[in-house]
Order: sequence, then structure tokens, then C-alpha cells
Amino acid sequence: MNRYPVWKYAIIVIALLLGVVYTLPNFFGEAPAVQVSSGKATIKVDTSTLQKVEDALQAASVSAQTVTLDGGSIRARFESTDQQLKAKDAIQKALIPDAADPQFVVALNLVSRSPAWLTSLHASPMYLGLDLRGGVHFMLQVDMPAALTQRVEALAGDLRSLLREKDVRHGGISRNGQTIEIRLRDAQQLESAKRVLSAQFADLQTQEVAEGSEWRLIASIKPEAARKVQEQALKQNITTLHNRINELGVAEPVIQQQGLDRIVVQLPGVQDTAKAKDILGRTATLEVRMVDESTEARAAEQAGGLVPFGAERYQERDGRPLIVKKQVVLTGDNLTDAQPGFDGQTQEPVVNLTLDAKGARIFKDVTRDNVGKRMAIILFEKGKGEVVTAPVIRAEIGGGRVQISGRMTTAEANDTALLLRAGSLAAPMEIIEERTIGPSLGAENIAKGFNSVTWGFLVIVAFMCFYYAMFGLVSGIALAVNLLFLVAILSMLQATLTLPGMAAMALALGMAIDSNVLINERVREELRNGASPQAAIHAGYDRAWATIFDSNITTLIAGVALLAFGSGPVRGFAVVHCIGILTSMFSAVFFSRGLVNLWYGSKKKLKSVSIGTVWRPEGSAAVKAD
Amino acid sequence: MEFFKIKKDIPFMKHALLFNAISFLTFALAVFFLFSRGLHLSVEFTGGTLMEVSYSQPADLQKVRATVGTLGFSEVQVQNFGSARDVMIRLPAQKGVSSAQQSEKVLTALKADSADVTLRRTEFVGPQVGDELAEDGLKALAFVVVGIMIYLAVRFEWKFAVSAIIANLHDVVIILGFFAFFQWEFSLAVLAAVLAVLGYSVNESVVIFDRIRENFRRYRKMNTVEVIDNAITSTISRTIITHGCTQIMVLSMLLFGGETLHYFAMALTIGICFGIYSSVFVAAAIAMWLGIQREDLIKPLKKDTDPGDENSGAVV
Repeated sequence: MNRYPVWKYAIIVIALLLGVVYTLPNFFGEAPAVQVSSGKATIKVDTSTLQKVEDALQAASVSAQTVTLDGGSIRARFESTDQQLKAKDAIQKALIPDAADPQFVVALNLVSRSPAWLTSLHASPMYLGLDLRGGVHFMLQVDMPAALTQRVEALAGDLRSLLREKDVRHGGISRNGQTIEIRLRDAQQLESAKRVLSAQFADLQTQEVAEGSEWRLIASIKPEAARKVQEQALKQNITTLHNRINELGVAEPVIQQQGLDRIVVQLPGVQDTAKAKDILGRTATLEVRMVDESTEARAAEQAGGLVPFGAERYQERDGRPLIVKKQVVLTGDNLTDAQPGFDGQTQEPVVNLTLDAKGARIFKDVTRDNVGKRMAIILFEKGKGEVVTAPVIRAEIGGGRVQISGRMTTAEANDTALLLRAGSLAAPMEIIEERTIGPSLGAENIAKGFNSVTWGFLVIVAFMCFYYAMFGLVSGIALAVNLLFLVAILSMLQATLTLPGMAAMALALGMAIDSNVLINERVREELRNGASPQAAIHAGYDRAWATIFDSNITTLIAGVALLAFGSGPVRGFAVVHCIGILTSMFSAVFFSRGLVNLWYGSKKKLKSVSIGTVWRPEGSAAVKAD
Repeated sequence: MEFFKIKKDIPFMKHALLFNAISFLTFALAVFFLFSRGLHLSVEFTGGTLMEVSYSQPADLQKVRATVGTLGFSEVQVQNFGSARDVMIRLPAQKGVSSAQQSEKVLTALKADSADVTLRRTEFVGPQVGDELAEDGLKALAFVVVGIMIYLAVRFEWKFAVSAIIANLHDVVIILGFFAFFQWEFSLAVLAAVLAVLGYSVNESVVIFDRIRENFRRYRKMNTVEVIDNAITSTISRTIITHGCTQIMVLSMLLFGGETLHYFAMALTIGICFGIYSSVFVAAAIAMWLGIQREDLIKPLKKDTDPGDENSGAVV
């Protein structure tokens, strides 16, 4: 009656083996390592890079324990932090000949000390969350209305030049919020304007409004086009953040989209949080526009009078006002590279820009038409623009190579180049959530979580053994197995372990023992009612199962709700909570039954089971079912 | 060994009115404190900046307060966190000033005062995130309530579903009442604890309901009150031991988990204590008021062949 077929034992053994294998990596601790990853989208880390790294290490006579190429990065593991630092210098020198143009990111990291055979089984330790290893977490909100406005502004500019090209006369084009208004004198103008719009501007939808004899054509971005603009804005911002973070040299940065308009950035192990914030926080967009050189504009510049139509007032770095046309010539999108350098002749610091094909074409046209005039490079930070520099166009510039020079210090040139090189953001972003955890606090949190789990676990097991004797011991072992499975599954899923996650682990164990208590109490009750030991075990497990199932489902519903609606720390809690409930059903019922069957099942004439005192009310017969 | 040597079924339901009155009173008190004092919400919900700094010597809170006060923040809280050397500073959200600037400014000011201060942790949450979190929390709560009710209604009977939810929501409100009364900080972790407790103490009611259903089936001569009394009596030892074990774990978190897990463990402790009370004394009583009967649970013949019901079949 209490026997398991062989296949059930086989399942238990296999599950245990898997559990042990995947839990093991967590016990080996971490070793200092140097990680090399790509610093640019065009650069790939491959076997040739691996060779270079190995050569560099050999040349510097630093011996690495292992050097592995895994996915997009190389990790070299070392005995001590001393060697790690030496190796980092050596690798950096070998891979990055030009410090101003780093093609690789060489960063210090910690990797698991687990042996190679475990790694080859894809068994790696749990990934520790920021609150356990220290680091910075940011959530950034992308300003989508701004991205749309920018797009509409660009479209308005395009429309203006196209209508001029096609010789369509109109009474003025203006941007009004996120719509473009075109004034037209008569129906014929309206027709031709509409033709141009529908042929060339697929992203715009139009609506005409009659105003006496005049017409107004109101164009707005189609919803699907707007969605595309937003998607692209988000994608570009993520890429830009990647580039900026590469400058920081973080081993395993996490940059993820969250929801429709948010980006989460996590930088584990970053010590210099101020610098990280500074580099990330530069929510800058870059625009190149022409300086308005009309007499009205000059007057406005000097006397602070009315700004002419179609122009805006910005300040230069030294505070002088500059009147700049609203039309955007180029945006940061068209910029592929920016480097600080020195002018070949004057030896003064300069910034060299490289533009993409489209940018180069536009730039060529604009510079040809505007020799002798000034153009302004404006940096928008949080909606406020500042003219970084407003150089005079000396000649037509083709080929997309641009040099900005004039009254810059080396530091300024470096600064400007860094910002430009990192690419500009498609839309401004704002940090809406930020968490910084110092490394010492992380280590403390690990100890706290570990202590909570260990002590709680030990006391519960001691109590169970004391109260339920043999069955208590079985429950204790089942609880240990539950912990093993929980850790194994978390490691397998490479879930991020956080302090709330550890709390959930403790709680999961505290709740998991419920199933065993239910079973043990049920077996006792059956014994009390006069059942034979074998029958009592059988009935106890069978009857308790329905209850265990029901109660775990309700707990699981709560867990799933937390998983679905929770964010950040709550999610970490919920993941562990849910997995803990599932593993507890396996270990507390299936596994513990296996143990009990193994122990008692083969004994045909079992007189008693060791489950502590089975107390019966004196004199009264056991309650019987009627 | 056996703690519970109960000779006869304890007549819990005889005192059902008293128990319900007690829980109604606690509930009313909790609601009163919730409204009169309100919850002391953490930065996660309100938005703002939280900084944790550490000194090598026990910190002089007055001085820290004065230093931060000179920076022109309107509402600053400075308090010890964990030990005398650790200080927690809460700054309200300011428009136009980024969190980075805020915390940097404070840290520089503190550094100027005494060089041995180190930043252990900062947390900044924008106001829009806070609102969303509160909204998500309520959604999660609604999801749990509806989900559990549907499950219990399908698996048992709607009367059980209603009484289980009433009993356990009353636990939730009481936990919140405690947090309002003592002005403990209500953070995301506490919210997680509250929802976990909701699922957990419902499972307590489920155990008793399960037994009530079984008793209806086995003891055909007992009336409803006797069935409920018997069900509670025969599960009481399991109830106490299970909760005791869970409480051991929670206690361990309370002792070793440090400040971060303190209120989390606290919420669980209250939840567990009131969870026992509500499922033993309240849930079954409400089911009784709602008029639970043998016929509600035992649908003749049909139920006996239900393969999903583990209780069908053999009766020992």
C-alpha cells in the first residue's frame, strides 16, 4: 500500500541530482576577473580578440586561471585582485591603442569560481541583484511628446522646402503644438498643396478648414507613424545609453525597455555613482541650425527686442544671446562620431565630427548656400537649449567630415566630443527612479538574508524532529530538499536574487512546512481513530493532499498577482514566492512520501510508526464515521 | 509529544457572536486609525529622495538636521536607521531639481561638516512612479481578492468564498491599522507582505473549510454547528503548529534581517496572528451566518464521481 513504483524513485533521484548540480555553483564563491566586451556596435568580440587577450596576458607574464569567450564577451579569471589589476592594464594597452577611441570595454568583474564541468552544463550561480552586490539603478522616462514635437518640426521644415521646390504658393506654414498649419489663399492652392502632401508625406494626415475665402490645411502625424516615432525614439535612447555606459566601463550593465516609454538602467558594482549619474543624467539632444542673420534678428540680439518670425532666442555659453532659425538642419541622429583633437596648423583644440550619408548631403548643401554665415550647434538639456558653439562656415564642406574649432580648452573639447560621440538622445529623458547601494551594504544584506534563512530553517527542523520524531525528520529533509530545488531553479532560470527574494525564500520555507504539518497531523489523527499504521500513513497522505493543493493554490494566486502588478523589489519577492510554492508541493508531498515509503513501506507487519505521541482521549472510543 | 489533548469538540460557534463582535471592534479601530492618522508611506509611494549615510562615530542627528536644513528643503526627516552611526535622510520631491543634484548637494554639505561620512544608499522616486505604484498595489489586491473568491466558489461554495474573503480582508485592514497607529513606514516590501499574508491566511480558512466539507460527508447525524465545531477542533493543532513554524521563520527575519526587512517581518507577524484568529473564529462563523448547509457542499451522486475531488471515494 505504501510502495512507490521504481519510476517514481527514479524521478526523485533525477530531480535531486539536477538540484544538486544546479545549486553547486552558488557555493564556489567568486573570483576576480577582467571582462572584455565590445565598445561599439560595429566591433565584434571573437576568437581573434581572445587570441589578442591571451597574447597580452602572456606578454605581461600574468597567468589567468581561465580565459573564456562567452556570447559577446571575454572573461579572464585570476587568482588575486593584484593580478586582476595588472591584467586589466595589460589588456587595455593591447586592445585599445587609442584611448580617445575605445573599441572595447575592459572592465573589472567577478566571476564564479565554479569548475569548468559545471559551467559546461550551463550551471551558474544565481545572479545577485543590486541590493546584494551594490551598484546603481535608474529608471528613466522618455519624454515622448517632445519626440513627437521634434518630428513635427522637422516635417514642417521639409514641407516648407518641398512646397517651395514644387512652386506651390501658400500663405505661411507654422507648427502649432503637434500639428502643422498651412494657410492657403484659394481652392487651387489647396488642391496642389494636398497633392504634394499625399504624395510625399505618408506620415501625415490632413484636415481642411475653410475660413471665408481662405483655407487652412491642418496636418498631423498619423497614429501609426506616431507610434513608430516613439518606438524609434526609445530605441535610439537605449543605444545612446549603451554608448554612454560603455564609457564608464561597467562589466554587466543592464539597459532595458520597460513599458512603452521607460528605460531601466542597472550598473552593478559601480562605485563612482556620481560620475555614472552625471553621464547618464546628461539628457541632451543635439541640433544644428542656422543663425538668423537678418537685420531684425541682429537688432533683437543686441537690444533684446522682438524675435523675428520663425526664429528663437538662445544663449551662448558665455551668456550672450543668439537668434537662431527654428528650422533644424541636422540632428544628433545624423552624427556618427565625434573626437577631440588638435588642429594641424594652429595646434588649438578642436572637435572632429563625422556625419552619416544623409547628414553629409544636407551639410554639403547647407554649407554651399551659406558660406560666410554662422551655424549654431545647440544642445538641449531638459527642454532648455544652449548654443554649444556657433562657428562661421568658411567653405563648402563635403564628405561628412566637419571640424569645429575656436576658443576651446582641451577639457572642453573632450567634454563636447564625449557628449557628441555618445550620440544624442532622440527625446529628452528624466530620471524618475534611482537607487544607489554601496558595496558594503550589499554584503551586509547578503549576510542578513542568509542568517534569516539559516536560523529559521534550523529552528523549524529541530522543532519538527522533536514534535513528530521520525516523521518530523522526514519533514525536515523534505524542507531541505525544497530549499535545494528552489535555489536550483532560481540558478537555472538565472533569476535575479534580491533581499526581498531572500525574504521570500525564508517565507516560502516557513509556509512549505505547512504541508508536512498537515500530513503528519492527519496521520496522527488516523492512528488516533484506530487505523493500522500502514493504513494511517496511506490515508494521511491521501486526505491531506486535497487540502494542501487548495491552500497552495490560494497562496499562488496572491503570488501571481504580485508578479503581474509588482515592479522592482516586489517582483523579486514574487518570483521566489511562486517558485517556492511549486517546489514545496513536490518536496513536501511527493518527495516526503517517497522517504516514508522507503522506510516503512516494505515492513509488512508494522506495529507502530514514529510520529511522536498519538494521544487518545481516555476511556472514550475513537470517533468513528457513521 | 502532543500539545493539544482535546477530549471533546470545543463549542467555538456558541461564542461566534462574541468573536465576531471582537473582530468587528478591531476592524473598526483599524479603519478609524487608517483615516485619522493615515499611512506613513515610504518614498516609493510618495516620491522624493531617501539617503542612507554612515558615520564612523555615532551621528549627531541635530547637527545633520541643521546642515540639511540650511540647503533649503522644506520638509526633511532625519533619523537613525538600524544603528546610531547610520542616518536616514528623507527629502521631498522637488520640481526641476534632479535627484542626482539633490543627493549630491546633501552629501557635499555633510562631507564639509565631517569628512568621515559615507553614502551607503540613495533612493529617488519621481512622483509619477509613486502614484503608479499605489495604483498597481490596489490592482494586485483586487486581483487577489477576485481570484481567490472565484477559486473558492468553484472549489467549494460561494458562501465559503465570501466568508473567507471577508475574514481575510479584515486581517489586511488590521495590518494597515497597525501601520497607521504606530506610524510605521509602509513600503513596497510591506505591501508584498500584506498580499502574501492574504494568500496565506486564506489557505488557513481553506483547511478548515475542507474539513467542514469532509465532516458533512462523514458525520451525517451532526448539525451544521457541530460539524463546524468538530472541523475547527480537529484542525486546531495543525493550525497552531503551522503558524508557529511560519512565525519562527518570520521571527528569524525580524531578528537577523536588519532594518530593511523589519517592517516586512512585522507585517507578516501581525498577519499571521490575526490570520489564525480570523480563520478560526471569523471565517467559519460568517459561513454559518450565511447559512451553510450540508446540501451546499454535497451534491448527491454528482460529486462522488468527480475525478478532481480527492475527497471522493473511500471513507474509512
